Amino acid sequence: MNNRLRVLRAEHGWSQQDLADRLGVSRQSVNAIEKGRYDPSLPLAFSIADVFGLPIEAIFLKDGDPQ
Amino acid sequence: MPSNTSPAMRRYIRRLAVCMSVYVVLIFAAGYVFRHAPPEGALAWAVAVLPALPILGTFWTIFRLLAEETDEYLRLMFVRQALFATAFCLSIMTVWEFLQNYEILPPGNGGFGAAFFWFMGLGIGGLWNALTNRDAGEEA
Repeated sequence: MNNRLRVLRAEHGWSQQDLADRLGVSRQSVNAIEKGRYDPSLPLAFSIADVFGLPIEAIFLKDGDPQ
Repeated sequence: MPSNTSPAMRRYIRRLAVCMSVYVVLIFAAGYVFRHAPPEGALAWAVAVLPALPILGTFWTIFRLLAEETDEYLRLMFVRQALFATAFCLSIMTVWEFLQNYEILPPGNGGFGAAFFWFMGLGIGGLWNALTNRDAGEEA
């Protein structure tokens, strides 16, 4: 699964640690999700969507979907 | 500056340190007792089992970490580490037992039991996790 986390984070001027603190997870988690090494659970995906004020499908994309 | 370890991991490290400290005391104490005043009967069983108890405590700390870690990614990494340890330990013990069955190796394990190899596997699994996450540096 692809995601726009890095772009959205940059738009907000947040570091990975800033986003991790807002989500209540480790920086390693944010890094792994950004790099596509880990697909978050549905609850964490909802939390990420809440933090950015966007629907989940505006952040997470199916493989092959344009970014 | 935020800590790199989660509260659950800090509790795990603290519990692990306690278990290992108790283990060191008990392994030397049991050895001393069996060398100088060997107990008999039920007492011998009890003294012999004592050093195993902190090892069981270590397994408990590991399962507590899996239950208490709220960061799902870190939990996954630790599950992967524990599964690697299990596969490593079972592989070593299986091969070793066959070598003993055909009398290529002598019976006994010289003190290196399943727990030793499981913890060795846990260490290698941790290294494997660290290597596969090596590019996980901070990105602004």
